Amino acid sequence: MKAAVLVFPGSNREGDMAQALELVTGRRPSLVWHGDGDFEKVDLIVVPGGFSYGDYLRCGAMAAQSPVMAEVKKRAAQGVPVLGICNGFQIVTEAGLLPGTLMRNSHLKFVCSDVHLKVETSQSLFTNRYQAGQVIKVPVAHAEGNYFADADTMKKLEDRGQIAFRYCAPDGTVDGSGNPNGSSSNIAGVFNETKTVLGLMPHPENAVEPMFGGTDGRGLFEGMVEALS
Amino acid sequence: MKARVHVTLKNGVLDPQGKAIGHSLNRLGFPEVGDVRQGKFIELEIAETDQAKAKARVEEMCKKLLANTVIENYSIELVG
Repeated sequence: MKAAVLVFPGSNREGDMAQALELVTGRRPSLVWHGDGDFEKVDLIVVPGGFSYGDYLRCGAMAAQSPVMAEVKKRAAQGVPVLGICNGFQIVTEAGLLPGTLMRNSHLKFVCSDVHLKVETSQSLFTNRYQAGQVIKVPVAHAEGNYFADADTMKKLEDRGQIAFRYCAPDGTVDGSGNPNGSSSNIAGVFNETKTVLGLMPHPENAVEPMFGGTDGRGLFEGMVEALS
Repeated sequence: MKARVHVTLKNGVLDPQGKAIGHSLNRLGFPEVGDVRQGKFIELEIAETDQAKAKARVEEMCKKLLANTVIENYSIELVG
């Protein structure tokens, strides 16, 4: 599986992402600069975390209009899988590849901690290594992770099974206690309609080695390798 | 001419920053302050003399970049 990781001015998780991808796939991904309107053919495009363009105007707003994102939109329309994590999730929603948007955390604080996520479905190229209902532990680090969409969009997301992960308590209970940012319906990650685009706030790339507190994020990478190789 | 753009959160969208500002004002001795909504003010210098054309262009800018219409409304005022 050949992957490309995008790099914007202010990205800071591209190195972690590249390492995680290399660890699991055995292949080093290429890093693609935001000004590049064209890049080699890949099986997966990753939009990593950070503070692209200093989070000016709105998180992800500037990056969503960059030359590289115009190309990503084209490829996503052709079915090339796109994974957006943290700031990458904000960028892909701003680019219109996913519905809704990420607002300021309801408590207004930056949150940096481990969270528990309930995997909503195993029926996707991203989550096929997990079981539906499984609880995984991965870190989050963000100030704008409060997912919001209007009532119609929320209903569509639920009806079409587009919710990938929800924040939950360690025992899997989905309620306010496990929600780190006030996100609607505890949403931590969503798919597009075809489930070829996934955006999530947590950082599975930081949960792939036991030394760093857990390996629950590894399943996401292993699942993608299985689906895309 | 100049274009002044106000970007505000749509009604019904929770504004935690506005709420925090409201609480602070209440604490500072302004109990008369009720609901507070925070927005953005953007002033643009536009190289265009035709009002209608300028308005249409700024509309496009709002939709494309300045506002996120999932959660925000915008209003445009042209000056000069």
